[in-house]
Amino acid sequence: MQRRQFNKALAATTALAAVHPFGIVRAQAQRLKVGVILPRSGVQGFIGQSCQKGADLAPGVIKQMLGVDIELMNADWESNVDTARTRAERLVQEGAHVLVGPFDSGAAAAIAQVAEQRGVPFVINIAAAPQITEQGYKFVFRNFQTAPDIVRNGLALIGELFQATNTVPRTAVFMHVNDTFGQAMAKGIGAFMQRLTQLPFKIVDTISYDPAAKDLTVEVSKAKASNADFLLLVCRLNDAIILRREMVKQRWNPMGIVSPGSPGMYEEQYFKTLGKLSEYSISNVPWYNPRAELTKVVDKAFLKQNPKDKLVFHGLNVGFTFEAILIAADAFKRAKSTDPKTLADAIRQTNIASKMMLGDPIKFNAKGQVEGIGSACLQNLNLTPTVVLPTSAATAKPVFPMPGYKKA
Amino acid sequence: MALGLSVIFGVVRVVNFAHGEMMTIAMYAATVLFAAFKLDPFLAVLPVAAVFFVFGTLMQAGLINPFITRPEHSQFMLLVAVAIILVNALLLLFGPDARNVQVDYQLESFEIGRILVDKARLYAALVAVAAAAALFAFFRFTLTGKAIRACADNYLGAKVVGLNVRKYYSLTFGLGAACVAAAGCAMVLLVDVTPPLGPYYTLLAFVIVIVGGLGSMTGALLGGVLIGLSEALAGLFIAPSAKSMFSFGLLILVLLFRPQGLLGRKI
Repeated sequence: MQRRQFNKALAATTALAAVHPFGIVRAQAQRLKVGVILPRSGVQGFIGQSCQKGADLAPGVIKQMLGVDIELMNADWESNVDTARTRAERLVQEGAHVLVGPFDSGAAAAIAQVAEQRGVPFVINIAAAPQITEQGYKFVFRNFQTAPDIVRNGLALIGELFQATNTVPRTAVFMHVNDTFGQAMAKGIGAFMQRLTQLPFKIVDTISYDPAAKDLTVEVSKAKASNADFLLLVCRLNDAIILRREMVKQRWNPMGIVSPGSPGMYEEQYFKTLGKLSEYSISNVPWYNPRAELTKVVDKAFLKQNPKDKLVFHGLNVGFTFEAILIAADAFKRAKSTDPKTLADAIRQTNIASKMMLGDPIKFNAKGQVEGIGSACLQNLNLTPTVVLPTSAATAKPVFPMPGYKKA
Repeated sequence: MALGLSVIFGVVRVVNFAHGEMMTIAMYAATVLFAAFKLDPFLAVLPVAAVFFVFGTLMQAGLINPFITRPEHSQFMLLVAVAIILVNALLLLFGPDARNVQVDYQLESFEIGRILVDKARLYAALVAVAAAAALFAFFRFTLTGKAIRACADNYLGAKVVGLNVRKYYSLTFGLGAACVAAAGCAMVLLVDVTPPLGPYYTLLAFVIVIVGGLGSMTGALLGGVLIGLSEALAGLFIAPSAKSMFSFGLLILVLLFRPQGLLGRKI
């Protein structure tokens, strides 16, 4: 390099360094770098990959909708909370303007700490533990129901299910994973069951288990021994598969398997692995509105990217992951800046009425939580998760008790 | 599986930290054979075990034998490195998705009075007992088996009488690998296989052989039964989520009061 070239380069570098502390260079970025952290391998790998499909289609759809360019920076937290923290750190170091993910409350809590320390906005796609948005964080936002909301909506839908099918189960055995999400859900169910006196059943036994369990023989035999009318289940995907198989092996045929709001039983892998055994399982979960315009756009983009797949098997994962990126892109468009504080302020002002998932428009409260997200009662019918309640959105009638029901 | 770990340690005095990962490979082999030829995993035991015997023998001869006289931490690092390579190779080959085998009897059980016995588990237990019996007979009644035992009892003495100790070490590692292969084929009917499955089973095998006694074949079987029973009973009478606590509690008790394991010999 010649002396003059060196001087020019030095002058340019100095000018760049001079404006950088004021965020001018970052603020003028034309492209929003979104760090997407998902569990694409490990025990939650299937769900992470399902969420990833929502992230992958987001840049194209959002470019058409808002004209915003998005660069995805994908990271796999390997279903390990410690890895989630380090991946978040690395994404921030590599220049992510906003973090999105991670489909897990434990990981979300870890990433939230990183986001706050580094001052980078973090939009949670799926994670329900209420404490995440109770810490007074300034950079953490969640467009997903908290565990108490899921439980309240889920239990209410169970009541509707019994009314719709003219059944009155008297007892339930409650099985739940013992991770952050499962514990939060168990706490919520414990609290709401006392208040919701209109529900006809009592929980006769509560059994918690490790979501990474390779064997649930003992748990299922204990549940069967409770002689309960139906199984109330808060699960993940892999354990739901193991548990369903074990129920068949132990010839336990309760009235139904009903989740008051957890992943697992509506996932594509549940159907693929279990085939007919997946039928009639019920999940009361936040779900997409099939009639929404945005759903149709996303469905089209999904089919284009995954010609052999269907959105219905990834509804919750794709929907909320897409919406999380949409929230970031919408804020970026309004803020015209990638400055973290400006971006966070813009996210706080979000008001998206034209959305994909059921419920009220996306607006964050003072804690960074979206309220009024709706739930649907999904039942696996003809190897497809089908909305059976609320009646206004239902495409089929619920089947309860499930065929083959036999008092244990 | 624990039997293989115990056999390898009992003779070669090397703790195989890639044991669970080797079992994962066997599970993948069983899924591939099932997908390609509809070969029942229990029938796949023989071909997979044969391939693993050769693989194990070559691995010991080419990779582990040079480390036999080196410090234990070098052996540890070597086998941990092998484990990491195996996991990543599986990820490259098969991806992170879980795979399984679905056979007709997989979800069936025998009904004996009020007791239900899972068919797949029963068959897996029979395979384990058959493998243990075959190994026991091999070490007890064949010349090669006796020579291997001689190498395990007295390394120097075996060399003095002219035994090719390293060759017998290779054979032993091959046998241990064959045991792992049998375990993998049986296990694939009980658990879906993913690349990161290995470390969990390596740890479980360690707990079993430490409780039973490192190097003792009967100890490995006894350890397996005790760990399984303690977890099942703890799950049934206390809390299912606390069952691992009891197996590890049992491990600590054994380490405190009988460090060589229940049927192990003092070293």
